[in-house]
Amino acid sequence: MLLTGNHAAAFGARLCRPRVIAAYPITPQSPIYEKLSEWDGKGVLGGRMMRVESEHSAMAACITASLTGVRTFTATASQGLALMHELLHYASGMRVPVVMVNVNRALAAPWSFWSDQTDSLSQRDTGWLQFYVADNQEALDTVIQAFRVAETIFLPAMVVLEAFYISHFMEPVDVPAQEAVDGFLPPFRPAFRLDPSDPAAFCQTTTQEQYAQFRILRHKAMEEGLEVVSEVDKEYQKHFGRGYGLVETYHLDDADIVLVTAGTIGHTARITIDELREVGWKVGMLRIRLFRPFPKEEIIRRLKKAKKIAVVDRNISSGQGGIFCEEVKSALCGHVDGAQVFGFVLGLGGTNVSPSLLRKVFEITKTMKMAPLRPILDIESVEIGK
Amino acid sequence: MGNREKDNLYPGHMACPGCGEVIALKLVLQAVGDKAIAVVLPSCLGIILGPFPRTTFKIPVFHAAFETGASSASGIANALLARGDEETVVVTLAGDGGTTDIGFQSLSGAADRDENIIYCCFDNEAYMNTGIQSSSSTPQYAWTMTTPVGRTQKKKNMVEIMGAHGVPYAASACSCFPDDLRAKIRKAKKLKGTKYIHILSPCPTGWRFPERLTPNIGRLAVETNYFPLYEIRNGREYSITHQPKKIPVKEYLLAQGRFKHLKLEELEIIQREVDARWDELTTKADNR
Repeated sequence: MLLTGNHAAAFGARLCRPRVIAAYPITPQSPIYEKLSEWDGKGVLGGRMMRVESEHSAMAACITASLTGVRTFTATASQGLALMHELLHYASGMRVPVVMVNVNRALAAPWSFWSDQTDSLSQRDTGWLQFYVADNQEALDTVIQAFRVAETIFLPAMVVLEAFYISHFMEPVDVPAQEAVDGFLPPFRPAFRLDPSDPAAFCQTTTQEQYAQFRILRHKAMEEGLEVVSEVDKEYQKHFGRGYGLVETYHLDDADIVLVTAGTIGHTARITIDELREVGWKVGMLRIRLFRPFPKEEIIRRLKKAKKIAVVDRNISSGQGGIFCEEVKSALCGHVDGAQVFGFVLGLGGTNVSPSLLRKVFEITKTMKMAPLRPILDIESVEIGK
Repeated sequence: MGNREKDNLYPGHMACPGCGEVIALKLVLQAVGDKAIAVVLPSCLGIILGPFPRTTFKIPVFHAAFETGASSASGIANALLARGDEETVVVTLAGDGGTTDIGFQSLSGAADRDENIIYCCFDNEAYMNTGIQSSSSTPQYAWTMTTPVGRTQKKKNMVEIMGAHGVPYAASACSCFPDDLRAKIRKAKKLKGTKYIHILSPCPTGWRFPERLTPNIGRLAVETNYFPLYEIRNGREYSITHQPKKIPVKEYLLAQGRFKHLKLEELEIIQREVDARWDELTTKADNR
């Protein structure tokens, strides 16, 4: 089927048979909400559609619907995700396996509608799994995988796709049969729920020690998630013939210079790598698919042999730099001696990261002796060889 | 109080002595019954609920985020319908700050969707749990820690606001009129859609009166017409559920430390306001 990334994600959600969906419109997520509403109108959605008055209420309703024992889904972007922030902590604290699609969009101010990963990366510490996908098929497949993972370790999961580059771009997508998805994803049956025949109090006040224990349990569940994500991905491959791993690699094995990124820039990088390989450059790519839990071991293993690493971030933590870059550096620290990690912040606000721009990334990384402490922001002004 | 009702609250809780809110809570939970799920917000109710792992509640309860009283209840109501459960009652137990201020948007949204919930606002007329700060439900001239010379604005009239949403049922009640309160909850239980009950709950700690006077203060609030007991069906049909004795309002106000600073002219302004509001209310109730 020829589908936009948004519609691919909506199909993924519908195939998982969520019984409560709560949503609120926001560009560029709205086509997901509209598609689900269209199915609801035709009576084929199979769950209840809540048209709530804010993203904050959407997340509140997803949390309690999940606590009442049903599978829940929502989708948002940018300002909507930021508005949910408080409840993202709440969802993971309550250990509800809500699945949410976030369409990466630049955060105001100033207003912008284009792709920028800072919205979801700002939610790094909320206790949600985060998957960054690179195309429409991966968006659909990852939504289905996310439900399975989330309901295994009882943590919420966010599937992140970039505004317009994925959300509004049409690609051929294989939509699995309902029976096939039913065979992969069992019905959601939590051990505990809000149930008058078995009353219990949920989310009471705790002592310092109790709170610390709950946080440690959540962290351990997240760490367990690394293995679960791998297993679920392998099983998905068996069922549907497609798997993605924790990271995607391209010509990595013999690469001296490795470009590390997340999302659609990973696909663009393949073109640049093909061109550079033709003229004899040993270059490769590592695309980080799973951001939380962060696949440290996998990243160390894959980058151990690289002489130089160039991390390209479509996001920025002001005062520090690209967020993936800092995470990669922290993973390598103490495990890969003298790793030269070059940080590039490109594509903010949806500006285009073209194959020729990535070629310059490789050129700068190759010729610059030492990685600068601070991110390279204005790539056009860097003179090669300096 | 009539015959003994089955309690859904265990004895022993952490409310202040003389708390009007815990009396109201006990009455609400009696009338709601045990086939119910409650949403409690951060408020004095969160204290009454008790710390982990014990609880005073006999029915399942979720302690939700402050501004999500109605949205959290909406999620439960929809999940119950998705499960084919049309019997279990969903009840939000909120304070006045959580209702009139920070949670107002989600309440208005739920009322617009006509979610099948009973929303109870336990109104002690300030943020009492955090130490007596003014809310938009704090009456004009009342002292609080954040209105040390008296609040300038008038109290937000939530029953009228919810009635204007056209909900099937909006009513005022008071912890000191137990039969009236329970009857309203029972009425709400029988109706589908969003039901709103605004319950005045005298607070000796924040209103500054001796804790033994809680029942008297609540009764004075109603009998002076300061807080009339009435209900609105479908946004239009008004009924007064208790005919007040029309005691002068100063007897209610001057019994409380938070109004001790009131001047004669201010007492007169309040009396005129109370009389005017009563006239409006009786006109609406008579004309239906």
